[in-house]
Amino acid sequence: MQQLTDEKIIWLKEKANEIRQSVIESLVEAKSGHPAGALGMADIFTALYFFILKHDPTNPMWENRDRLVLSNGHICPVYYATLAHSGYFKLEELKTLRKFGSRLQGHPDRRFLNFLETSSGPLGCGLSQVVGMCLADRIDNGKYSSKQFYCLLSDGELQEGNTWEAIMLGAKERLQNLTVIIDRNNIQIEGNTENIMPLEPLRQKLESFNWHVQTIDGHDFEQIIGAIDNAQNVSNMPSIIIANTTPGKGVSFMENNFKWHGKAPNKEEGDRAVNELRSMK
Amino acid sequence: MLNNNLKLNPKIFDGDVEKISTRVGFGEGLVLAADSDKNVVGLCADLNESTQMHLFAKKYPERFVQVGVAEQNLVTVASGMAAMGKIPFAASYAIFSPGRNWEQIRTTIAYNNRPVKIVGSHAGISVGPDGGSHQALEDLALMRVLPNMIVFSPCDSIEAKKATLAAAKIDKPVYIRLARERTPIITTIDTPFEIGKAQVLFAPPMTAQVGIVATGPLVYNAILVAQNFAQKGVSIKVINISSVRPLDFEAIINLAKETGAIVSVEDHQVVGGLGSAVAEVLVQNFPVPMELIGVHDRFGESGTAQELIENYNMSVSAIEKAVDRVMGRKI
Repeated sequence: MQQLTDEKIIWLKEKANEIRQSVIESLVEAKSGHPAGALGMADIFTALYFFILKHDPTNPMWENRDRLVLSNGHICPVYYATLAHSGYFKLEELKTLRKFGSRLQGHPDRRFLNFLETSSGPLGCGLSQVVGMCLADRIDNGKYSSKQFYCLLSDGELQEGNTWEAIMLGAKERLQNLTVIIDRNNIQIEGNTENIMPLEPLRQKLESFNWHVQTIDGHDFEQIIGAIDNAQNVSNMPSIIIANTTPGKGVSFMENNFKWHGKAPNKEEGDRAVNELRSMK
Repeated sequence: MLNNNLKLNPKIFDGDVEKISTRVGFGEGLVLAADSDKNVVGLCADLNESTQMHLFAKKYPERFVQVGVAEQNLVTVASGMAAMGKIPFAASYAIFSPGRNWEQIRTTIAYNNRPVKIVGSHAGISVGPDGGSHQALEDLALMRVLPNMIVFSPCDSIEAKKATLAAAKIDKPVYIRLARERTPIITTIDTPFEIGKAQVLFAPPMTAQVGIVATGPLVYNAILVAQNFAQKGVSIKVINISSVRPLDFEAIINLAKETGAIVSVEDHQVVGGLGSAVAEVLVQNFPVPMELIGVHDRFGESGTAQELIENYNMSVSAIEKAVDRVMGRKI
């Protein structure tokens, strides 16, 4: 992994801020979609695509790329914005989000955007697919394969049984090239996760399933990148990072308000949000 | 009379006709498929021996994944392996896969068009003593409704083996429906097998008066019915639907045009299954009177396969009665 300098951290913060602005702009155009989780995960997406992942936007299907699956597909505005800022397609295309004929479907869809590793949205089945990818790669390239496998999960989808089936298999198979990041923002559609269906004590649960577990501030680039670096140095077990994030991060009236889980800002709200983000620079 | 061109089992009408489960054909076919393509991998949900995947797992342990009793994981892990270029065969009982994990199959396999082969064993009421909770009577309906999915329902062990080899070669998702019970061998290794093609197994020398469209091991009963009627001077043509999807529209329409009366035969709910599929084709192309043999809007129960086939009106005599009924309705 390259050296994380102070200059690089400042650069990453600015990039994440631009990505957040793109998220808001595309959601205003779309008139529907999920802003809170998308804004909350902007720093992690930025760290992954601009610092960590082995990937090539000019050759998206490059065989030796790292594999990343966004399991909670509904936060795709931040996925699309990050891909656009990385050079996979033009920023202009973000305005087509959720519109008829767009490659940027309401949930990530590889029938339309063929370089996505999978289509996602229905919760709880992303991790098992990444476990499968990892197993397949181990058959071909052995335990010390150069490829890394990443899965981004929401905390809400830890309520899905399929997620825990995958957690068990990942531990059984000792998938050391697998890193999972949980967006621990404590909200889901109908309210707080701990009221709807408690997940705590989450860290202990995951540890008792024989995963290497770290807890971080999901908005601190040093912690994000440091934790992923640690995860890759763990041998003989898969790794999970519980990233505490603020839903709606960067926009004062959206932060920590579950009502913004699945509601797009209107034009006026969007302008306010973008202005706030610009003033943070 | 039997269609000689297809080189069917010459001992088919013998009292001691050889009986082998379709799942055995799958088990043997999978080993052959794996021998010729190193990308073939196998996954199982704690039913290795029952599904006959143990032959493959023993020979290729490094290409086998045991996921435990977790059918949702079974198919989604398989989808991930397919994303990396593997040709995964994911086996369980049909009641659990595709019964329990349908949405995962839809989203991660059919929607993504990943070449995962879903193997549903112990399908149909012929599972017998395990009882209604374990008798998958809905799996054809669940799978044939999905875009991209190919659905095989082999009539005997030899055809199951060919279906398995064909599934490994096609870059599409496939469902293979298998049965637990040992059932008569109808075909031979020389009988052709083609995806999406129905075959005329039994045809009278003259124009047929009734057509039977059958799938799975009950094809045997359909042939016995045709033979019995031939001795009474009534001519019946039997076609075997080994691919429920894609369905051979042309063969079904031609049969309706020739006979003007169709009976469908399946060990499955007639709603959504082969009966529905045939009716959909006919009503849009060449409507004729039709009788549907299969399970009608109820769940199964414990009993021997034979008892259940008889009591749920899928026996030779039940099909004969359906033939009589449909002849009476001919215009």
